[in-house]
Amino acid sequence: MTNTTSLSKNAAPATHAESHFDRKGLVQMILLGLLLLLPVAAYFLGHTYYVNLASRVTIIAMAAVGLNLAIGYGGMVSFGHAAYFGLGGYVAGISAYHAFDMTPFMSWPFSVPGSDSLLVVWLAAVVLCALLALAIGAISLRTTGVYFIMITLAFAQMIYYFANSWPTYGGQDGLPIYIRNTLPLVDSSDALTYFLICFTGLVLAMAITSRLMKSRFGAALTMARLNDVRLATAGVSPYPIRLVAFVISAAITGLAGALYADLNGFVSPSMLSWHFSGELMVIVILGGVGRLYGPLAGAVLFVMMETFLGGITEYWQLFLGLVLLGVVLFAKHGVMGWLAGSERNE
Amino acid sequence: MSEAVLSLQNLHKRFGALQATNDVSLDLKQGEIHALIGPNGAGKSTLIGQIAGSLRPDEGRVYLAGTDITTMSIAERARLGLGRSFQVSSLAEPLSVMRNVMMGVQALQSHSFRFWKPVARDHHLLDPAYAALERMQLSHRAWTPVFELSHGERRQVEVACALALKPRALLLDEPMAGLGPEGSAKLTELLEALKLEVPILLIEHDMEAVFRLADRISVLVSGSVIAHGDSHAIKQDPRVREAYLGDADA
Repeated sequence: MTNTTSLSKNAAPATHAESHFDRKGLVQMILLGLLLLLPVAAYFLGHTYYVNLASRVTIIAMAAVGLNLAIGYGGMVSFGHAAYFGLGGYVAGISAYHAFDMTPFMSWPFSVPGSDSLLVVWLAAVVLCALLALAIGAISLRTTGVYFIMITLAFAQMIYYFANSWPTYGGQDGLPIYIRNTLPLVDSSDALTYFLICFTGLVLAMAITSRLMKSRFGAALTMARLNDVRLATAGVSPYPIRLVAFVISAAITGLAGALYADLNGFVSPSMLSWHFSGELMVIVILGGVGRLYGPLAGAVLFVMMETFLGGITEYWQLFLGLVLLGVVLFAKHGVMGWLAGSERNE
Repeated sequence: MSEAVLSLQNLHKRFGALQATNDVSLDLKQGEIHALIGPNGAGKSTLIGQIAGSLRPDEGRVYLAGTDITTMSIAERARLGLGRSFQVSSLAEPLSVMRNVMMGVQALQSHSFRFWKPVARDHHLLDPAYAALERMQLSHRAWTPVFELSHGERRQVEVACALALKPRALLLDEPMAGLGPEGSAKLTELLEALKLEVPILLIEHDMEAVFRLADRISVLVSGSVIAHGDSHAIKQDPRVREAYLGDADA
């Protein structure tokens, strides 16, 4: 009997994965479905404002998906993800600025022109954010706990003040993008088209996160979060695993930043400020730390409160604070945990 | 004469004025259990740290299967075949037993920068992990989260995790600690069967288990090995009786 280790016998029992399928799957489908259908309906009813609002929700959710990979799955509480969001935004802004002016971004040692192509902007944003995160992560990940929080914050603030004092690109006034960057074949300046682009980005970011966390890399990252001594004892060094996860996380947030700049037609140092890092953390915690749909739920809640409560009173953050308090005290797994039930590890 | 699998040569480690490890040389040969005993404060933990890689010795070398591992990281040593268990069990508690054991298999097969294929259906990982669990008679608990296990079962999982590395040598730090007589007897039995395959350096307080299991015993007192021999010789050694066993008979 002991040697009949048949293939089916060793596989993870399917019941764990499927026991919550009905409720969790339903909640997730409703959430994603509403996010897709409401803007489409608004567009055909002529309310472009709501389409752009949905784009904003989608982009912020995507930025939070990136941060969730670091905080929720990797246990790395980064308080500096605005750095990547802002860098992505500035890539879009600066590229558009030079394309509009027809001046080169740099002429030595390489001649780098501006570009108004979204594909070029996205690629540049992802690559540059990954490189920045590689440098920041390589240093920050030598610390843990509060020190990690503080050092990521410090790096982000350095970049914030740098952008503030760089007059070429507007300094603290920011930089306008007069004409939205373009894609081949589709009209990116159309509100619904741009929403669908953002929506695709969000879904891709979530799909990548999900797939990643099921892979060997994800298994190692989970172990690094739960017990890094165990991971090392099992023969895997935690540091490179964390660093790669941090870089992927920053790249996703950076791409969201590029989309955000093009949505608003404007990029300013506020995208880089610690307020935004904090807002992203609040969104991740509201939605459910380490939940795939958590950032989406959190972003919907956050932007809705900001928009509708913010329209009634400028003290809307008081209510945000109360909601956050409620979540932290009574729904430890965030809105998604409350709606869809807790998740069980296999 | 068989070659030593694990060999410590003239290790020294000093913390300020405290000489925690003082010229310790030990070896572990194929097919044996070598027990390391000593009273509290004898420097056992410091010595384990130097073998496992969490501490660097000030002087001396550590060899595993002829390779100098003195300056290697914990993870490098593990991949080279040093399996260990901890005095206080150290597992990822929310995860299943299987997930804990699979990590060692994964480290052995390749680097972990594989981003696509799901592990839950990867039989290159599942099957060897399952086999390690069967060795420890735990396969019926494979998909149970670690936090639901008894203390004794966690001990077995730790050893299974180490076995998943296909280790050349096992370093077990008080595996019997906190086990009742029944659990202790069961683990003793499992280790006895295991030693033919993997030599074990056993750090243990449970004297009954040590005398039953160990082929050789080294006694560490104040950072130095004061006696070395089989269990009969150690029981008779007057220095050991004085330093460790007290005056009472063991």
